[in-house]
Amino acid sequence: MIVAEQKPIKEILEMVKDYNKILVLGCKGCVTVCNVGGSKEAAILASTLKIAARKNGKKIEVEEHTLERQCDPEYIDEIKDMIDDYDAVVSIACGVGPQFLSERYPSARVFPGVDTKFMGGAVEHGIWSERCAGCGTCVVHHFGGLCPIARCSKSLLNGPCGGSSNGKCEISKDVDCIWDIIVRRMTELGRLEELLEFVPPKSWITARDGGPRRLIREELVL
Amino acid sequence: MSDNFKPKIVAFYCSNCASSAASVAESMNKALPDNVKIVQVPCTGRIEILHLLKPFEEGADGVYVAGCQEDSCQYVTGITKAAKRVAYVKKTLEQLDIEPERINIYNLSAGKGQAFVDVALEMNDIVRKLGPVLSE
Repeated sequence: MIVAEQKPIKEILEMVKDYNKILVLGCKGCVTVCNVGGSKEAAILASTLKIAARKNGKKIEVEEHTLERQCDPEYIDEIKDMIDDYDAVVSIACGVGPQFLSERYPSARVFPGVDTKFMGGAVEHGIWSERCAGCGTCVVHHFGGLCPIARCSKSLLNGPCGGSSNGKCEISKDVDCIWDIIVRRMTELGRLEELLEFVPPKSWITARDGGPRRLIREELVL
Repeated sequence: MSDNFKPKIVAFYCSNCASSAASVAESMNKALPDNVKIVQVPCTGRIEILHLLKPFEEGADGVYVAGCQEDSCQYVTGITKAAKRVAYVKKTLEQLDIEPERINIYNLSAGKGQAFVDVALEMNDIVRKLGPVLSE
């Protein structure tokens, strides 16, 4: 899933300080699963904005609504009859949501309520970890099913660097060295010799380095 | 703060321990201040962040949760979860420049009738000194 984190309340308050009728717009996709942008969180943010208004003696209206997804036009269309009722929209979807909203409703003032962090999963309840860098050419099968692109700080493909110590990366004692894990796993699997095969420099054309990406599947295009 | 200020306080009580404490308090002829409104819940672990925020949104000056001792929750982790959510709301209030002392959590147990009343009086005193949520 795409993992996001709520922006600091003060930052959101600063964004919407000049607006009196605000829609907090949630998304039932990834951000619901990572507990930051679903209907529950939309209600919490709406309530928080109302408490801030109470504290500041300001009269505002805040309502919340949650779309099935904010990354598909048909769901964005759902609010076409209500969006003009609001001075501002705070989208708590990932970074795709505010953009789809702004593209569909150019005159609306749309603000991001969350910071999109990475593609990953929940390793424990309440703890998420990055797993995919979206490089466009998946190679995890060469490395025991683990991704050195996303999980090595240097995205090294031919073994660890000198910064690997006691299974940790030199950037932080809280960050595992994925190469330590890959080597241990391949040893356990009896496939260590596969790592001896030289992996040539990766082409990053399919990654973000090749510019904004687009995917077309003709069989689906109407 | 004016001596006339009577804060609005919402208290979430666990029906297993704190509410039993309430019965004990009643048998001792002790009552809560009338400005403390009680919401009884099956377990404090069921109290969501939104439940803790709503009273502030709707005019409360203080909120507190009264639940079990950490090692005696019938549902094992209810009071621990509630404590984390209270801590979260304290941080939210801080970000809004509202005193985090306006929300608290207390560990009671079934026989503590006096404590049942004492925590209400303590919160009443704290919030009365802080005054209303509204800025000057």
